[in-house]
Amino acid sequence: MEEGLRRELAQQGIVTTTLADLYNWGRRNSLWPLNFGLACCAIEMIAASMARFDISRFGAEVFRPSPRQADLMIVAGTVTKKMAPQVVRLYNQMPEPKYVIAMGACAISGGPFKQGYNVLKGIDRYLPVDVHIPGCPPRPEALLHALMALQEKIRGQALTGPARPRHLQSEAPSEFPVPQFGAHDLEPPHHPELWQPPAVVGGES
Amino acid sequence: METLERIRTRLEAAVAGAELEVVANGAVAAQGSLRVDAAHAVAVARFLRDDAQLQLDYCSNVTGVDWLDRVVRTTVRTRRVIDGLERELEQTTEHTVPGYLEAVYHLYSVALRHGPLVLRQRTADRADGARVASLTPVWRSAEFQEREVYDLFGVVFEGHPDLRRILMWDEFRDHPMRKDYVEPDDYEYEPTPHDEVLAKARRHYAGAGGDRA
Repeated sequence: MEEGLRRELAQQGIVTTTLADLYNWGRRNSLWPLNFGLACCAIEMIAASMARFDISRFGAEVFRPSPRQADLMIVAGTVTKKMAPQVVRLYNQMPEPKYVIAMGACAISGGPFKQGYNVLKGIDRYLPVDVHIPGCPPRPEALLHALMALQEKIRGQALTGPARPRHLQSEAPSEFPVPQFGAHDLEPPHHPELWQPPAVVGGES
Repeated sequence: METLERIRTRLEAAVAGAELEVVANGAVAAQGSLRVDAAHAVAVARFLRDDAQLQLDYCSNVTGVDWLDRVVRTTVRTRRVIDGLERELEQTTEHTVPGYLEAVYHLYSVALRHGPLVLRQRTADRADGARVASLTPVWRSAEFQEREVYDLFGVVFEGHPDLRRILMWDEFRDHPMRKDYVEPDDYEYEPTPHDEVLAKARRHYAGAGGDRA
């Protein structure tokens, strides 16, 4: 149905919709985050859930303490190499459809600890991240903005065709390999299908 | 608090056979420390804790120091008669002082409100002989910090009740705070690397055979 006709009908009090719209509307407005935090970004995440910023305006106030009941993983804080396997395992335990927001400089790139030996240089090395939030730490508004960006992403998803979301593709993976503790580093250091080192093209350093 | 020299004199009388050394500090703070041999460390620590004048009942900090092998050059000037002329000759000899690791304890007295007294233990070398005595039986607060020194420096504390890694995972084999630690080469592109990061980038791209840096 054309957008103009639809709007005209709505003015007459007749609401029309499609199954895809209804389906995406429902799931984008009740994204239940997993209740865990790794560092100082978690404090901002908590602030976003309290009265002043009120994440419940977006239907995401139900922080679940169990991954089995969560739709959204907010990786809030520094992911140390020792913690990374546990984060991936928690993600694997979440049911589809599931989304990941990497919150803060550490979660997206290692942040100020990027050159250290003990911090993972971004959780996107092991998990498919939907929204990255820069900042150290990002303000609660930034987290709300990321949530809205994720909602927009869900809203535009087609339910059929090759671009349909992962949980509707039976062959797509819903679990990702958990890295192992090695003698010198995590093994493997990143998931090769999810992440490759950025290619450096030309130029002088 | 008494001077370190006085404490050392009293310790030598109280703990028979203890090898003690007052290590001077050349920095502005001039805070000296007391070095003790591993064999008598526990007895010395008990004395420091229980002595009425010291009562160092609180161990606030345990840390490690890595001293690498270092080359010492000594120049000797000699006068010799060569071909009927007296000449001054300089002879430089080099010898290597083997490296060692140290465990450093900062002790305070809550009861008498004084401190810190800095206590050191030195290992024989940086390999198999990297052993000192655990002072956890004397100060319980040393337990986790000695584990940390073990984890990051590889100093083995003999007599520790539960000597495991505390920060890195159990399968980890290296000791990251040692000066010769080589971290995994997982450098990732940065737009403006400088100083140590630039050196790291050069090493990384040289190893990868890249055309950059």
